[in-house]
Amino acid sequence: MNTFLPATPVAVPLTIAALLAAVNQHIHRRLADLLAIAAAGYCLWSSILLMLRSSHMPIVYWMGGWEPRNGVAIGISFVIDPFGAGLAAFAAFLTLIAFVFSLYYFDSIGTLFHVLMLAFMGAMCGFSLTGDVFNLFVFFELMSAAAFALCGYKTEASGPIAGALNFGVTNTIGAFLALSGIGLLYGRTGALNMAQIGKSLGQTHDGLVVTAFVLISCGFLVKAAIVPFHFWLGDAHAVAPTPVCILFSGIMVELGLYAVARIYWTVFHASLAQFEAQTRAIFVTAGVITAIIGALMCFAQRQLKRLLAYSTISHMGLLLLAFGLLAPRAVGGLAIYLLGHGLVKGALFIAAGILLHHLGSVDELKLQGRGREATSGAILFLLLALGLAGTPGYGTFLGESMVDSAAETVHYAWISYIFMFAAIITAAAVFRAAGRIYFGWGPGIDQSQEEEGETDESRETTGGPSVPLTMVLPAFLLLILAIAIVFVPQFRAKVELAGMRFQDQAAYQAETLFHAEVPIYHAQPSEPLLPGIIRGLVSTLLAFVVAGYALFRKRLPSKYLDFTGGFNWALKPLRMVHSGNMCDYVAWLTFGVALFGGLFALFIH
Amino acid sequence: MHEFLRMLPFAVSAWLFVAGLYGIVTSRHLVHLIMCLVVVQTSTYLLLLGVGFKAGATAPIFADVPVGTPAVDPITHALMLTDIVVEATVMALLLALTIQAKERAGSVDPEELRILRG
Repeated sequence: MNTFLPATPVAVPLTIAALLAAVNQHIHRRLADLLAIAAAGYCLWSSILLMLRSSHMPIVYWMGGWEPRNGVAIGISFVIDPFGAGLAAFAAFLTLIAFVFSLYYFDSIGTLFHVLMLAFMGAMCGFSLTGDVFNLFVFFELMSAAAFALCGYKTEASGPIAGALNFGVTNTIGAFLALSGIGLLYGRTGALNMAQIGKSLGQTHDGLVVTAFVLISCGFLVKAAIVPFHFWLGDAHAVAPTPVCILFSGIMVELGLYAVARIYWTVFHASLAQFEAQTRAIFVTAGVITAIIGALMCFAQRQLKRLLAYSTISHMGLLLLAFGLLAPRAVGGLAIYLLGHGLVKGALFIAAGILLHHLGSVDELKLQGRGREATSGAILFLLLALGLAGTPGYGTFLGESMVDSAAETVHYAWISYIFMFAAIITAAAVFRAAGRIYFGWGPGIDQSQEEEGETDESRETTGGPSVPLTMVLPAFLLLILAIAIVFVPQFRAKVELAGMRFQDQAAYQAETLFHAEVPIYHAQPSEPLLPGIIRGLVSTLLAFVVAGYALFRKRLPSKYLDFTGGFNWALKPLRMVHSGNMCDYVAWLTFGVALFGGLFALFIH
Repeated sequence: MHEFLRMLPFAVSAWLFVAGLYGIVTSRHLVHLIMCLVVVQTSTYLLLLGVGFKAGATAPIFADVPVGTPAVDPITHALMLTDIVVEATVMALLLALTIQAKERAGSVDPEELRILRG
């Protein structure tokens, strides 16, 4: 069993998915639930086991025993380090939560939902563990195909169909971009193994290498929803079933960024080393723009799930920022921020799903004051919004502090203001929605909030006054974990070391191709957290102020203090750009690729 | 001339990619749009075949040929085949969604499917 352990997080869910698909009509719903939960639980357990076992030495698993000879890899490998295994474990954990949440959520649901979810999870695990670029593409496409189908799962309404089509078309083009880049790399190096490609490329950095880098990065950044590739995300999240949204926002988009980071540090790091400053400038700029546009669009929404979707875009901008610093210590912060944000965002989607179950709507304005009796919902929303704000004590806070102190080492200290801005606005949007829904505060529907497309979602359940525990408990579990990760002893130092290993290209090659010993990294003394605590408290306070302003602006003494008209007017062009038409989205995507390519060509000429 | 022939598949591949994108951006019918997506996909086939091609080499079947006979790279063929299989699934899924779009929203024009916006 132990020999095959590295392959099981992929093999087990796919096998059970195939089994469930075969017996689709003839199996009791609860038995299918049980099997699916067992598969997700197994994946979680085995991924954690792999994470622990790879903490000293990466586990390199060659499919069919095709080991490299004399440092030349022909076979397909999984190269498992704590970073990748951790992501696989997180994907499995969120899938488990999603299965538990959906126990009493969907009323009529075939086992096809379980099949798709298991295939989705298996693909995400494989994506995190693989050490082969073509394998990465195949898992990417498996993950995407399952995600498209899950997004359009509620075929009885037209919204999900439109959302799934937008999602499918844009992401498929992204996959082709990545595949073209992979083809070019293979043409140059004759290898598909990441370590092997990196070794063959060495320090060459001609036009072909840069083109391949741009194509692969842009392809995976489509999945990571970076401006201007982000349009599909708002549509897909707004219409996907709630359990699916947990996975979309919690881990799927983050995996897009993971792929870019993994390929950068295993394949392109040496060849682009002398252009590090330029690469950093490009990625940080893209991250800043994404964080700001996502936050503004988030604040302008009234459909809760769409609001959360734009908040995810904003936080993806922050994660790209953290990666783009290309600083040794930033990656640890990125990992913790990713974890903290994924837990909080997953729980927020559950909270929105509970509203949809309980009150039959996710439209903030329609729900005004209708949640007065549901105190647990109000508490949940408020505590989770604190997580978005980066309040001290949450995982997001620790991640942000680590990224901030890493940014100082590369002279990008100002990015802490971008972190604060995105945190304040996205948290304020959730505070505002919670204030309106649970306390009935704020002005009702007025002319400034004219109808923009669909603002509500059809029920996913028959609903009812009672909310099953299987919906509430997962949300609180995620919330507790989002706080608990900060207090795990040695957690910060261990993640930081895993992050350093993640970036060590030479060691990655030696370990994969020659089975060499891992160099020992030493944890640097942790930076003091005090500046981060102050920033976190200020963010939280300002988020309350902004939300309070949005809710009570009509009571201000002078109407000139009411800027919302101006805000809506200024935001109108931005909202119009998010047109819901996939043709426009593809035009933006093309523009984005041209822009990235042009900038790299200019800088690296 | 030889150099030109060597670069031709890559040039055609790039052209197909861009032509397919143009078709998608200007499309007014979902089936047409998905076919344009297939055109983009064919560009990846051509790229992979171009990468694996070797002038004067035979097919990579090593029975009944002397050892050392040059053959084209079989790995790119395997990659292309995988690409075809994977994308056939995606295209079928997108076409199935198109049928649903016609049934639920009554239109297959992306412009009229702008249900989600803002």
